[in-house]
Amino acid sequence: MENVSYLDYKGKHKGLLGWILSTDHKRIAILYLVSLIIFFLVAMTFGFLMRLEMLTPGKTIIDPQTYNALFTLHGVIMIFLFIIPGIPAVFGNFFLPIMLGAKDVSFPRLNLLSWYFYIGGAALVLISLFTGGGPIDTGWTFYVPYSLRTQTNVSLAVFAAFVLGFSSILTGLNFIVTIHRMRCPGMGWFKMPLFAWGLYSTAWIQVLATPVIGITLLLIILERFFGVGIFDPALGGDPLLYQHLFWIYSHPAVYIMILPAMGLVSEIIPTFSKKDIFGYGPIAMSSLAIAFLGYLVWGHHMFSSGISDTSRAIFSFLTFIVAIPTGIKVFNWVATLYKASIDARAPFWFVVAFIVIFSIGGLTGLVLGSLNTDIHLTDTYFVVAHFHYVMFGGMGLLFFGGLHYWFPKMFGKMYNEKIAKLGTLIFVIGFNGLYFPMFIMGYLGMPRRYYDYLPQYQIYHVISTIGSWVLIIGILILIFNLLKALLSKSNTTTELNPWGGTTLEWTVPTPPPLENFDVIPTVTHGPYYRPNLIKPEKSH
Amino acid sequence: MSNEAAVAHVHRDDEGSKMGMWLFLFTELLLFGGMFILYASYRFMYPDNFKVAAMRLDTLIGAVNTILLLTSSLTVVLAITALRRNQKTFSLYLLGFTVVAGGAFLVNKFFEWSAKIHHGIYPKGPEMANLSDGESVFYGLYYVMTGLHALHIIVGLAFIIFMMVFIARGKQTGDNCQKLENAGLYWHLVDIIWIFLFPLFYLIH
Amino acid sequence: MSDNTNTHTHEHPGYGLYILVWAGLVGLTTITVALAGFNLASLTVVVAMAIAVIKSLLVTNYFMHVRTDSAVFKIFIFVCLAIFLTMIVLTFFDLTYRFPLK
Repeated sequence: MENVSYLDYKGKHKGLLGWILSTDHKRIAILYLVSLIIFFLVAMTFGFLMRLEMLTPGKTIIDPQTYNALFTLHGVIMIFLFIIPGIPAVFGNFFLPIMLGAKDVSFPRLNLLSWYFYIGGAALVLISLFTGGGPIDTGWTFYVPYSLRTQTNVSLAVFAAFVLGFSSILTGLNFIVTIHRMRCPGMGWFKMPLFAWGLYSTAWIQVLATPVIGITLLLIILERFFGVGIFDPALGGDPLLYQHLFWIYSHPAVYIMILPAMGLVSEIIPTFSKKDIFGYGPIAMSSLAIAFLGYLVWGHHMFSSGISDTSRAIFSFLTFIVAIPTGIKVFNWVATLYKASIDARAPFWFVVAFIVIFSIGGLTGLVLGSLNTDIHLTDTYFVVAHFHYVMFGGMGLLFFGGLHYWFPKMFGKMYNEKIAKLGTLIFVIGFNGLYFPMFIMGYLGMPRRYYDYLPQYQIYHVISTIGSWVLIIGILILIFNLLKALLSKSNTTTELNPWGGTTLEWTVPTPPPLENFDVIPTVTHGPYYRPNLIKPEKSH
Repeated sequence: MSNEAAVAHVHRDDEGSKMGMWLFLFTELLLFGGMFILYASYRFMYPDNFKVAAMRLDTLIGAVNTILLLTSSLTVVLAITALRRNQKTFSLYLLGFTVVAGGAFLVNKFFEWSAKIHHGIYPKGPEMANLSDGESVFYGLYYVMTGLHALHIIVGLAFIIFMMVFIARGKQTGDNCQKLENAGLYWHLVDIIWIFLFPLFYLIH
Repeated sequence: MSDNTNTHTHEHPGYGLYILVWAGLVGLTTITVALAGFNLASLTVVVAMAIAVIKSLLVTNYFMHVRTDSAVFKIFIFVCLAIFLTMIVLTFFDLTYRFPLK
């Protein structure tokens, strides 16, 4: 078979059609990548505007209604169009089949349909901004009864989220079957890369949890149009049941966000430690454990909503339990670094930053998970800081990290590493400047989603906004660095394995051809095995 | 190298196809599952009013509909067996019966709903305001759940009709019938959901 | 790797078994309707659901062939039901303690 890369091959369709009608998992991944980055930048801009507004109490540049719409859309776009699809849709699609030694996923056409649902949902979000009563202002959580009463275009925005849910479900479905059915000869479950375990665990959440928010969103639409009355207190409904159903999905959703990212960490660390990963089995099992336990804790989003004391105690206890498998992962990663021969290349910087930032985020989650502290901190900026540390410092950082890790393989171009490291540094400084003050002002009582505030909080808001500018500079440096490499004609590379990784994607051509492998490989050892393993000397 | 030639040698994976269909069934189960959680919660909150509200539903029609769906499930699985035995025409008759039974279910549903609507018992309807909180929640759930279920019956019937066309054209045969089996799985799920809906809405006495 | 033919190692049930299962389903439906006529108080839901579960098991195992399929499908179904069950149970920890038990 000729070695035409997936970027260049000419199929039945020409030009752009050859991309948007392609069922090749790599092309679909790139379609997602381009879409995702565009929506990320849009939502980032909304965040930038929000922070500008919060520089002073009272009005700074926009009015309160606009502010409410901005924070709602910032959340909706970041969560449903960036973080949730994020790593599975881009890197899972591109690399899962290759890592398994397969030619594509189990259902290539369904894969393309997933992307169509994604774009369809995104288009509906866009349309909802300019139709009906204008952009939605309920917060991304769409709580009743406000979401039933507000005149803004809730129905279309919520329907968009419903459509996006299908994209997520179909991707998860595809990955589960692919992992069960398409592993190459010799690759038993425990010889699969840990990224695949992360995607597998995530896929089960995508398939089982997403339908619950699907029906919940549908009910909002039915209530708004037909007055069905299931959540409306005036008709006998219970708004707390809405919150239950909403969080039954939305808590597991955060594990959809983080599990693939953690799988990515488990790939990057062995590559740059030149060493087998420590504790493959526990890391794999902890992914499944997190996926399962994630279903048991949703009530911790409702501690001050009015649910029973008994259930609050139970949910708090379960929330502490789910921290355990995460801890197992972090310990195993750090143990891998022990006596390793560390090659601190650009992707590795992202992972180090992640471990520190995510740990801060995770520990503050425990602060929120304990009932007495949560009563004080819930719905304050402390929560905002917490979830940005875990979601943005977690998945966001690793999205860029994965991009820097797999960039040469995906595009056959190499970027300037020094600039990448500089960008990462500025990112981390800006990130902490933006979000750390939020822990403090939240503790001091600054509520979230508030347009106006008392003067004593201003100093924190100012620091935070300046932090946002530094962060944006960091992000732009990273993106422009990669773009420059992509568009340059001079730094092409066909190097199969620039980082010295051991998984199968580093054995296929750079960039990979249409069906990845001329001959389906047979594997005989684990994914991180190195022939000349560095074994620590036994101390006597 | 053309895309067509490159994918020409992709293997058929019946087991994988079945797995994909089952995963999709799980999403349908959880979609209705959310509604069942709501039903359970509200029945717990309004046990007496639910009983009162349920008395207005016609148990006979509900039972007939149950038998219709159960029988249509039987004919679907018989149709698969028939196709396996290369009894193509018999298979098509059985699937035809399934479609007719499903259609009859929908006709019954139409009459049930018409009767209620005629009496003003529908969301924002004149009679709804006179009902107690629990009763109006019951009917809200009734319309949403049976409505959603009816929608799935329509989808299932479409699925089966497509399969009938495929069988007639030889695209599904005795040793290549996973799509038909998948359609059958979908239909059975729609049947199972009704198996639970029936007692929960019609048999609270 | 991928099987591309119907590599079923077991014989498919004949028409007879399916008709027998159908008769069982109709029978159970009759029973559940008949029982609705009795006042079972708090047991009403339990009994009705138990019968519904048995009917579903018949449909799943025989009509949907889960009984004779490979174990992975049984595991999948178990996982799905377990998750669904936890959703109901944990929701009810809220409800049962929020409202005075009747």
